[in-house]
Amino acid sequence: MRGAVKIAVLDYGAANMVSITKALATVGAEVVVAEDPAGMVGANAIVIPGVGAAAPAMVHLRERGLAEPIREWVRAGRPCLGICLGFQLFFDASDEADAEALGLLAGRTVGLMDAPTLPHIGWNSVDAVREHPLFDGVADGSYFYFVHSFAPAPSDESIVVARTTHGRSFVSAAAKGSLYGLQFHPEKSSDAGLQVLANFVGLVAGAAVPAEVA
Amino acid sequence: MLARRVIPCLDVANGRVVKGTKFLDLTDEGDPAELAERYAHEGADEIVFLDITAAHERRGTMLEVVRRTASRAFVPLTVGGGVRSVDEMRDVLRAGADKVSFNTAAVATPSLLTDCAERFGSQAVVCAIDARRLPCENDARQRWEVVTHGGRRTTDLDAIDWAIRAVELGVGELLVTSMDRDGTRSGFDTELLSAIATRVRVPVIASGGAGGPDDFVTAVRDGKADAVLAASIFHRRMHSIAEVKAAMAAAGLPVRRIEESVA
Repeated sequence: MRGAVKIAVLDYGAANMVSITKALATVGAEVVVAEDPAGMVGANAIVIPGVGAAAPAMVHLRERGLAEPIREWVRAGRPCLGICLGFQLFFDASDEADAEALGLLAGRTVGLMDAPTLPHIGWNSVDAVREHPLFDGVADGSYFYFVHSFAPAPSDESIVVARTTHGRSFVSAAAKGSLYGLQFHPEKSSDAGLQVLANFVGLVAGAAVPAEVA
Repeated sequence: MLARRVIPCLDVANGRVVKGTKFLDLTDEGDPAELAERYAHEGADEIVFLDITAAHERRGTMLEVVRRTASRAFVPLTVGGGVRSVDEMRDVLRAGADKVSFNTAAVATPSLLTDCAERFGSQAVVCAIDARRLPCENDARQRWEVVTHGGRRTTDLDAIDWAIRAVELGVGELLVTSMDRDGTRSGFDTELLSAIATRVRVPVIASGGAGGPDDFVTAVRDGKADAVLAASIFHRRMHSIAEVKAAMAAAGLPVRRIEESVA
């Protein structure tokens, strides 16, 4: 069943594509790299990876004609996973260079201003706020790899799945319907990260059941 | 709580891991991707590849090493050595690296750090500083000079001033190597490390001098380092990553422990 799950990883020039595509393939997904909307056709889910600055990332998304198709994809309730910068872009805007983002979730991405070290680089514990299938088989408080200076502040606290502390407590995982966001890099978080990606693929497999059969 | 990182460093020449003494008498120690995967499995928090291939024969080989490693070792990967432009850094990142470390090229062209940070984000840009103690006269403050080209050339840069400047130029991390301690296994230069770490906000990686697990503890506790890098003690299997982390945990430092593999 998992072999049938096809995931389009969006390449907009802001991510380490090797790690995320190989990690998803390692947990059994069929992976395609989408540089434009045509690449999303036929996929069961999309993944928006990313690391770096928000403003140039949005420019690249628009240049490749991906911004509006992503919005339509999510509005249709189809599965979408955002990682790090990809997660931050779900929100209305980012304080980083005052960039406008995708507006899929209410809230802003803000700087971790009171952090003891910035960027927040390294392995930090991810503490569950509520149970969620993304973290099935992962011990609460497990370490994941982070590389960022900003983090989203959702307006709706009910979407928060997990939090992490670096100076302040910030949202390290969130989910709303079929929209999933991770501030850490599962593709760089060794076995724990692969487990989260496997869980995502499993969720997509469940969601991929045709409506008339379900 | 943010864990203190333990980072094995692999010297790579012509696509192979090599060991040597001061870049001489190099011996082949295996395939970088295989070794990186083994370290990741043993609990390495990150892997650093240092490309020591002669410049004129470098292109392409390291990219293939990075690509193969990133395909099988799902931990962060930093590449240092030989990257001199934004385009070259883009190629290394696209091959699967997460960070690029600049040393000699940054000293020669400091604006390179800013150009790369603006393009790829500060988190992807590491400034590697090789520092050597200067003779300290009377009760003057201890100073360190920056050396380049693997320690073969001196500069007129003060290591602490250069560290501060590199952060201002946009780097997201500093890899600080003590040339006095490098390869000696006599412990890290904690005075150098704390002099830098207490003056910058970015993470500092300690390098040069690891001899045993206790040295990792002092690098963090006294040197204020966020991460500790070592090469020979891991390659020669004198100490395992798990052993080092156990010592750090026993000293009350937060570390990411992994399940004990087959003993």
